[in-house]
Amino acid sequence: MSTKAATPGLFDPAIIRRAAIDAFGKLDPRKLARNPVIFVTEMVSVVVTLLFIRDVVTQNGVASFSGQIAAWLWFTVLFANFAEAVAEGRGKAQADALRKTRSDAHAKRLIDPNNRSGMQDVIEGVSALDLRLGDIVLVEAGDLVPGDGEIIEGVASVNESAITGESAPVIREAGGDRSAVTGGTTVLSDWIKVKITAAPGSTFIDRMIALVEGAERQKTPNELALSILLSGLTIIFLIVCVTLWPLARYSGTMLSVTVLIALLVCLIPTTIGGLLSAIGIAGMDRLIRFNVIATSGRAVEAAGDVDTLLLDKTGTITFGNRMADEFIPVGNVAEHALAEAVMLASLADETPEGRSIVALAKSRYGLAAPADDADARIVPFSAHTRISGVDLPGRSLRKGAVDSILAQSSVPKDHLPEDFKRAIERISRTGGTPLAVSENGFLLGLVHLKDIVKPDIKDRFAALRAMGIKTVMVTGDNPLTAAAIASEAGVDDFIAQATPEDKLTYIRKEQQGGRLIAMCGDGTNDAPALAQADVGVAMQTGTQAAREAGNMVDLDSDPTKLIEIVAIGKQLLMTRGSLTTFSIANDVAKYFAIIPALFVVTYPELEAINIMKLASPQSAILSAVIFNALIIIALIPLALKGVAYRPVGAAALLRRNLLIYGLGGILVPFVGIKLIDLAVSALHLA
Amino acid sequence: MTFGGWIEIFLVLALVVGAAWPLGAFIAKVFDGQRSFLSPIAGPLERVFYRLSGVDPRKEQSWLCYALSMVVFSAVCFLTLYALQRFQNVLPFNPDGRDAIAPDLAFNTAISFITNANWQAYAGETTMSHFTQMAGLTTNNFLDTAIAMALALGLTRGLTRSETDTIGNFWVDMTRATLYVLLPFSILLALIFISLGIPQTLHGSFAATTLEGARQTIAIGPVASQEAIKLLGTNGGGFFDANSAHPFENPNAWSNLLECWSQLVLPVAFVFAFGRMVGDAREGRSLLTVMAFIFLISLTILYRAEANGNPLLTALGVESSAGNLEGKDVRFGQASAALFAVATTGTGTGAANATFDSMTPIGGLSPLFNLLLGCIAPGGVGTGLISILLLAVLTVFLAGLMVGRTPEYLGKKIEAREIKFVMLSLLLTPVLMLGFAAIAANLKISLDSLGNAGPHGFTEILYAYASTASDNGSAFAGLSANTPWFNTTTGIVMLLGRIASVIPIMAIAGSLAKKKKARPSAGTFPTHGLLFISLLLGVALIVTLLQFFPVVTLGPLAEHVLMEAGRTF
Repeated sequence: MSTKAATPGLFDPAIIRRAAIDAFGKLDPRKLARNPVIFVTEMVSVVVTLLFIRDVVTQNGVASFSGQIAAWLWFTVLFANFAEAVAEGRGKAQADALRKTRSDAHAKRLIDPNNRSGMQDVIEGVSALDLRLGDIVLVEAGDLVPGDGEIIEGVASVNESAITGESAPVIREAGGDRSAVTGGTTVLSDWIKVKITAAPGSTFIDRMIALVEGAERQKTPNELALSILLSGLTIIFLIVCVTLWPLARYSGTMLSVTVLIALLVCLIPTTIGGLLSAIGIAGMDRLIRFNVIATSGRAVEAAGDVDTLLLDKTGTITFGNRMADEFIPVGNVAEHALAEAVMLASLADETPEGRSIVALAKSRYGLAAPADDADARIVPFSAHTRISGVDLPGRSLRKGAVDSILAQSSVPKDHLPEDFKRAIERISRTGGTPLAVSENGFLLGLVHLKDIVKPDIKDRFAALRAMGIKTVMVTGDNPLTAAAIASEAGVDDFIAQATPEDKLTYIRKEQQGGRLIAMCGDGTNDAPALAQADVGVAMQTGTQAAREAGNMVDLDSDPTKLIEIVAIGKQLLMTRGSLTTFSIANDVAKYFAIIPALFVVTYPELEAINIMKLASPQSAILSAVIFNALIIIALIPLALKGVAYRPVGAAALLRRNLLIYGLGGILVPFVGIKLIDLAVSALHLA
Repeated sequence: MTFGGWIEIFLVLALVVGAAWPLGAFIAKVFDGQRSFLSPIAGPLERVFYRLSGVDPRKEQSWLCYALSMVVFSAVCFLTLYALQRFQNVLPFNPDGRDAIAPDLAFNTAISFITNANWQAYAGETTMSHFTQMAGLTTNNFLDTAIAMALALGLTRGLTRSETDTIGNFWVDMTRATLYVLLPFSILLALIFISLGIPQTLHGSFAATTLEGARQTIAIGPVASQEAIKLLGTNGGGFFDANSAHPFENPNAWSNLLECWSQLVLPVAFVFAFGRMVGDAREGRSLLTVMAFIFLISLTILYRAEANGNPLLTALGVESSAGNLEGKDVRFGQASAALFAVATTGTGTGAANATFDSMTPIGGLSPLFNLLLGCIAPGGVGTGLISILLLAVLTVFLAGLMVGRTPEYLGKKIEAREIKFVMLSLLLTPVLMLGFAAIAANLKISLDSLGNAGPHGFTEILYAYASTASDNGSAFAGLSANTPWFNTTTGIVMLLGRIASVIPIMAIAGSLAKKKKARPSAGTFPTHGLLFISLLLGVALIVTLLQFFPVVTLGPLAEHVLMEAGRTF
């Protein structure tokens, strides 16, 4: 799936065309029964159509009116279907792309995986569809991985762009946390033996297809609750309209069925009813475009409810590696000299620490690498000495762990310079790592390596706090170090020297206190915590166990995304709430259009409540019905994109949305119906 | 409207709030099982009741058990009260020799008094024996109020508890409501009423000769004892047909003030108690602010409409400075009539010191709209709290999504199950009220009961079913309600209005009690403060308007515009 390369736009013409056709296919009442509001609308559309036919046949003079009402009622149903079809359209396009990578692959199955004969492996060619759980297959350079599995032998670079859209190859190897491979990806070099862990039809790609297509879509808990509310309102308005006929009869008003149905459709929440499933599908789609696959819509909703985020320090809060932050000379060594020495010692050091030292020396001290380094002899880092460096003519520059440098320097251990000791103490206290530097056995000073907190992370945590979300940093560091980084990053809490059990315990404790937890993880030992968390985001690069335990998979394996996932969840719920409020608030204006129109013949004095001054009773009713249909189309973009989300507190969000969708919902239809009425009477439609 | 009138109104309201605050603290204490100043007297009595009835006060009930206890208890009350009326001619304390009550009226009255509606299709002083009034009607005034308090407690516990299957013990809650709250305060109030001149005797009627020499039968009886619980328990069923417009039920200005006060004080106290029970007084105060706002809007509309009088009469040269005085007691005046009318329909009382039927169309709309809102300003004792809580849950669900979280009320997630039951209980009023009104508006047997033609007659029918569906029981008057048709249908409406809503309400309580309580954070939808108050108010008004705008247009609104245009029926 080339999510990054060619994402179809919201209103791609191809999708629109397909959706327009699908909208008619969805008229099947058996399919519409899932959506009670629109189902009722369709049923009454049929009734008004029959009435229209009767009016045409009997020539009673109202055929033009009932015909137009019937047409607009059908449009209402079609517009609702169209909204859903557009939302589904993007998923379908993505699913088609995914399908191409599937199933036509051939697998090389090992006939005797245990290789008892001790001879070269015997291989049979089978279709990927015939693979069974536990089969061992050989995948060589250029082959498509035939199914999801665990590498049991070998190491290979794999192109996973079919799933992640990321073309840079990744290394997959047996053992450890990088042993999972996904069907549909391609091995670029070397070979691996893979034990199949998912039966054909239930592989990761199969599940992705089902998810993006919405085939398995079930109503999420909140969507279900909202549907019940909408059905309840529909029943109430049915009662209101059905009883209105006999009640009006008392006053001598004989209401026509067409008019009562028009009133009914205007009152029942067709706007939100028509857009509800589109909102849900679009929410999932936003996540998929963001390269996160949720295994259920429930997980997306839960993301909006999250109270506590458990974030791994490394890679999320800090850059993955420690970096040089300052150079501290000892004795009367000049700072500049130290910088130069340590830069030279690190020039050949390709580790992130080494590169960060060079970068710091260049940026802060304006040093440049020497053009001529022919005489340099590199001393590479070894785990044994824990020292690296460079030998130049007359200069032997070394950097490394403090103990190791001291061991080979001339400084006696018990006569360390005071400022040196103080500097080491200071570095340790703030959670950094000291690196000693020597020249010809003479101690020059220290490099302060520290975890560098990502520059924008503090602001993001502040935003989360404003949203009422607590952030918790999880790290293997000791409590001292953890506390230092925690305060620098601005997290609310931290778990130091964290074991997987600690995470699980913390999650349970928070849940006990009535909070919802989200976390990321990739290792097999993260699996229990991922399963326990309300939102568990597994990294695509993680193990199979982790991917199965979580309820979301991040294809980019970027733990920072947890924050955006929460925002997407919130946006989904907000969109639903805002459009529901808008839809119900709309009814006020529709009443003011229709009620005077219904009774003005009996009580002409009721013209006083025709505050919109609509041209005639018929035009008033028709205008309200037209507005009711058009508003669905007008709101499709909003339903698909979601309402604007800002990381502010609940009260501020509510005030804003209430003003736009509540007050707006009351006022907009007054204007809309009046304008339509002007058009209707200008065109002599009623 | 006069300055003095408003002073009188705000004086009563200030006294209500002033007394309700400590009373709320007391109620919260009592139902928490804590000791209070009444424990030395009520405590032993309470234990005797448990021993006699075999109730284990420590054993709690599930929501279904709680609800079924209520239903069974109500059924027993119904049968007893029905039998009492049917056999009152052979039972004691019948000095005036009243006959047995007809089956349809006995059915209607029995339901009316077990549901706290207190719809009265009979004239008490000429129909009921003293025994029926005391043992039947007054007793049930205590019991049905205690039931309503118990139901409200069950719902409150659903919100305060977490991860449990039980919501308290119905029998214990009811016993405590009666022994600690209703009985002592009613006795106190009855004594004050007696001192103000309300009769309390077992004597029968006596005959008197008026100044003009006419013979008149003066009915008296145990009035004060019934009057106290009629108002405190927001029941509304008077001893006399004229209810609080009768000089023996409401002899003077002081008794009138006290009657307004006493029907408001317990409902308001219960909302304060709710705030204490959920551990955040602001939650109670927010609900109360919404109630107060509706009360004041309603009162202003009614007072203004009545004080301005009828333009048609003014045009005929009738002196209009006193406003529309038809159907009002000149002893009390406009302000007091307006206050009483709104207090009685804002609560579940349904008593009256003036006739709504004689009010201007807009004046009459005000009490009707209070009923359509479901009596939430401040509602009946317990039932007002329940109704506003259901609306709060609905509000939180509608608007709470807008903050991007699954809606929560007091830390409880509002999900499909709660919404299902909220919608079920919400459906009940339009089904009962619009359904029966639609039939009644087209049947000759019911139309014959109407006192007026045109939109006013329509309002009379509407009001009858609105009053019974909301279990308020106030009468618009102008409708001859003691007919088999109205006795049967209003009986059914009252019964369903109460019993059919108990199951969904208690189901909500049970479902909420099972849930974990989420910790509030900055991301939580705040359910106190101005924003929530205006939101709840908006939802209450819009939901009501959407259901009833058409019928209100056909009734009071049409009558109003016709009156302005000079058309009458």
